[in-house]
Amino acid sequence: MSEKIKAPKEPLFSKKNKRLITEPLDDNNPVTLQVLGICSALAITVSIEQALVMTGSVFFVLGLGNVIISMLRNLIPSRIRIIVQLVVVAALVIIVNEILKAFLPDMAEKLSVFVGLIITNCIIMGRFEAFAMANKPWPSFLDAVGNTLGYGWVLVVVSVIREIFGSGKFFGVELFGDRIAGTGLYKYGYMDNNFIILAPFALFAVAIVIWVQRSRNTSLIEDH
Amino acid sequence: MAINKDSNGYTFLFAILLVVVVGSGLAAVSMGLKEKQDKNTEVKKKMDILNALKVKEVKNGDTLDISRKNAEALYDEYVLSDECLVLGAEGNVLDGEVAFDIDIKKQFRDKTIDPKDRKYPLYVASLNGTKKYVIPVVGSGLWGPIWGYLAIDEDKSSIYGATFDHKTETPGLGAEIKQPFFYDQYDSEVISVDGKYKKIKVVKDGSGGDAHKVDGITGGTITSKGVEEMVDRTVQVYVKYFNK
Repeated sequence: MSEKIKAPKEPLFSKKNKRLITEPLDDNNPVTLQVLGICSALAITVSIEQALVMTGSVFFVLGLGNVIISMLRNLIPSRIRIIVQLVVVAALVIIVNEILKAFLPDMAEKLSVFVGLIITNCIIMGRFEAFAMANKPWPSFLDAVGNTLGYGWVLVVVSVIREIFGSGKFFGVELFGDRIAGTGLYKYGYMDNNFIILAPFALFAVAIVIWVQRSRNTSLIEDH
Repeated sequence: MAINKDSNGYTFLFAILLVVVVGSGLAAVSMGLKEKQDKNTEVKKKMDILNALKVKEVKNGDTLDISRKNAEALYDEYVLSDECLVLGAEGNVLDGEVAFDIDIKKQFRDKTIDPKDRKYPLYVASLNGTKKYVIPVVGSGLWGPIWGYLAIDEDKSSIYGATFDHKTETPGLGAEIKQPFFYDQYDSEVISVDGKYKKIKVVKDGSGGDAHKVDGITGGTITSKGVEEMVDRTVQVYVKYFNK
């Protein structure tokens, strides 16, 4: 009997649900296709560690936020729905900030205002409004997972490029020798490119990612 | 009966409930984590003091920078907590105060406290047998607070080391005050000559080699001036004490 009642229910990882995760990774990537969340992608991608912590923070906010909004979706008065969404994001971001300050103080210092700026990260409000307001909690959560991963991989790719060529490090480990002491490659005149550490380079890096992605996946190219 | 979700009453009720729930939730989180955050700020303060003293940890032949892991042990090793003092605005010693507990940022920002009533903590450290004095300074940059620590040498007139930090100065411009190329200039600058205070100026003309001058930061003039002002205002008080 119970089987019969459950029958119309979708399996947890149905084809449709799986697409919620895979689509934002490539075909509908929040950073490279929708060009959202660029602010943080420029600012905190100087080291891989920062990119990962930022991705984790966004996952916390987006995952929990999507589920909360989705659960409240039938209760939220439509006239104040944006304000309600904003309150939810802001509250979650403050919680993330407090947790970082308590447990990862050095990281909190490096990310500084950018944790607070998750509030204005368009990916989050965008997903709340476009997805969570119209879908059940579980698909909303999967949507959050997909979008965070889509956001995260771009951040990580950019930060790998910037950390290796900007600071000569990978995950904080020196790759080419000690820059100040002048050992390893530095002895032969190699220099880190300081421009890569600056925010504008991240624009180039994101553009290169978009280029590579579109040349591989030609369906993304718009006709003009 | 279905509730009319578009009615004003429902909207208000929803908004009020939401705010109450979120507000109390955030208050609970903040209170629960406060102790840990305070501890982190305390360790950070110790790290800053040790950095001004240029202390490094030497372990198995390696020199390690000050980090959150070793700061507390090194602080206990070098800083003489019993000799640390709290001064009044005239360089007089205030009894019954603990230097480490004085929050100078709060004093600086609290407009209800008369500048004459500000308390000035002085940390005393012993480094390889010589005494050093660490002075905390607080001031205003272009966008927000700036602060730092100056270590004074045993002779009580020259600077041994300095560190500065900021909250929201412009990266690449004012924010450069936290870079070694800037704060290292304060090393061996002289704060008093023949028992008289002498100001350390932040200059534009590249004459920073002088014992009372440091070069400012291009494009960071207001932050540089902020550093000059906070060092000037604070060090004066300590010089009164040193020359007593």
